[in-house]
Amino acid sequence: MARTKIYVPRETAAISVGADEVALAIAQAAKKAGADIELIRNGSWGASWLEPLVEVEVDGARIAYANVAASEIQSLFEADLLKGGPHERRLGPTVEIPYLINQDRWTFWRCGLIDPLSVEDFELHQGFKALSKALAEGAESVLDAVMASGLRGRGGAGFPTGIKWRTVADAPGEQKYIACNADEGDSGTFSDRILMESDPMGLIESMAIAGFAVGANKGYIYLRSEYPLTHSILSRAIATARDAGWLGDNIKDSGFDFDIELHLGAGSYVCGEETAMLESLEGKKGIVRFKPPLPALEGLFGKPTVVNNVVTLASVANIVNMGGERYAGMGIDRSKGTLAFQLAGNIKRGGLVEKSFGITLRELIDDFGGGTASGRPIKAVQVGGPLGAYIPAEQLDTPLDYEAFIGIGAMVGHGGIVVFDDTSNMAQLARFAMEFCAVESCGKCTPCRIGSTRGFEVIDRMLAGDNREENYDLLVDLCDTMESASLCAMGGMTPYPVRSVLKYFAEDFSSSEET
Amino acid sequence: MARINHETTSKIVADFGGKPEMLVQILQTIVGRFGWIPEETIRQLAEELNLSRADVHGVVEYYHDFRTAEPGNHIVKICQAEACQAMGSRKLTDYAKRTLAMSLHDTENDITLEPVYCLGNCALSPAVMINGKTHGRVDEARFNELLDDMRGSD
Repeated sequence: MARTKIYVPRETAAISVGADEVALAIAQAAKKAGADIELIRNGSWGASWLEPLVEVEVDGARIAYANVAASEIQSLFEADLLKGGPHERRLGPTVEIPYLINQDRWTFWRCGLIDPLSVEDFELHQGFKALSKALAEGAESVLDAVMASGLRGRGGAGFPTGIKWRTVADAPGEQKYIACNADEGDSGTFSDRILMESDPMGLIESMAIAGFAVGANKGYIYLRSEYPLTHSILSRAIATARDAGWLGDNIKDSGFDFDIELHLGAGSYVCGEETAMLESLEGKKGIVRFKPPLPALEGLFGKPTVVNNVVTLASVANIVNMGGERYAGMGIDRSKGTLAFQLAGNIKRGGLVEKSFGITLRELIDDFGGGTASGRPIKAVQVGGPLGAYIPAEQLDTPLDYEAFIGIGAMVGHGGIVVFDDTSNMAQLARFAMEFCAVESCGKCTPCRIGSTRGFEVIDRMLAGDNREENYDLLVDLCDTMESASLCAMGGMTPYPVRSVLKYFAEDFSSSEET
Repeated sequence: MARINHETTSKIVADFGGKPEMLVQILQTIVGRFGWIPEETIRQLAEELNLSRADVHGVVEYYHDFRTAEPGNHIVKICQAEACQAMGSRKLTDYAKRTLAMSLHDTENDITLEPVYCLGNCALSPAVMINGKTHGRVDEARFNELLDDMRGSD
């Protein structure tokens, strides 16, 4: 009899609620029962609310068991787990879980499916097919496909990827670089992490394609230090890909050289800003650079550099495989393709939902997310990280689309959606936005460095009931200064959440209750 | 935790090819292994990497990860970011401060308590990291269990 395959995720969210203990208990129970199992540590499907999600392969189909605890493994074995037997934890076939099948998985389709550290498994699921195709068809063909796809930067800024790549490809100079921004610091976001832990070779392949397209032989990944498990998985995946001949000199006899160096950040939020990240990659303080020059022309070590977010890069392999038009066929208006939305905070079914642009916040939060975890009404939703506006419940029907969000004074950003219920004190969150900016400001420009501290001081006075109206005007004035005179988005956008609280939740300034 | 010595510092610098552009990686390696960066190490790094002491100091001071005081053997980080706040991390932080009888950034009884701004576990908030491992859906009872496990590992 063939060995029974059991999948238990090795992914931060799953492990944070006991996946390692579950894997250990399964190995012990199988040994005790004399069962011949193959325990595979896959990545996550992204449905974090179901973690630890254990799957058993029965007659070629994977049967899912959700929210499994190590203490339940004995009873699961007694319920014939290895044959997909009934149990209160049993969800049924993974391919029938509505949360997963109602998504448009373009970039994350291998996540959860494969063993992230197995080149064989990766290749069995179209791995390195796009790189081979790119090497055969030439750089121009890749650049055309990316341009036709309408792909925009998924890190938050939404700049057209095709234009950036074309600029680097056309820039003079022998030495060029690919710099992957994996400094996913926005609260409420974890899509980069899930991709790197669940399909690291998907990122490696796309970085090599980017290098080939623009003429770069070296790539850097700048990974935040808050992701130690990601670091371990990614460094092993890079070594494995190199051993298999997919990184290094003369990749698969194509004459193309490309290798990747993995760097760790050191706890600075601003290093997620592209020029600060480049400074940090050069071993310096993460101080924002003036632009121009654009990094595409003078980036890392002064050389032309493609700086792209993890998800942006990872979306490219399938664009090469299936054509840019196919990708552009999804989404709405100028927001083409899919975005990996992340449902976070006070939400019943939190996790990653890759969906075409155009879905509304309400559909994401209600249909996928199941409403708040507390069961209380929604008060506000912050989209796009700490620099994103707090959106009131009345605006939840806004479609997720870069331009539509700008229209309501908000931003889609990296797709993080943080839900707050009606017990939240929004004035405290406005204060937090200023405080966070004060903690994280790189200090180069005055509006950000000083303005943020003055900002939370003014809010403190308002909360204390000291000259509330006068201080309100002062706060608005300060927001104007920070917004128009800061060097980068840190100081320039910290006013967004603050202003949104002043606009929609001003009454919260008259009570100083804690959230 | 052992204190980094002269020889180990040289070894780590050599592992990174002695390149000044690897300074952040060198410091991250030192903090990962020894928990903090003593003053004499800053001086040595400046010398070996051919940088000014002010340059190295600047980098050390800039990044939150680069502690310049010795931490406890156990490092407890509680996420302060918005998604965790939405699930009660402010109350959890207050509870941790009371239970451990210390403030954020303090070291007492071999434990260092620090704030962290996002661990990327925002679907399972609030999140806490103990000695490099992230835990999700941490309420007060779970926090106590985690502390017991941590102390039991000594």
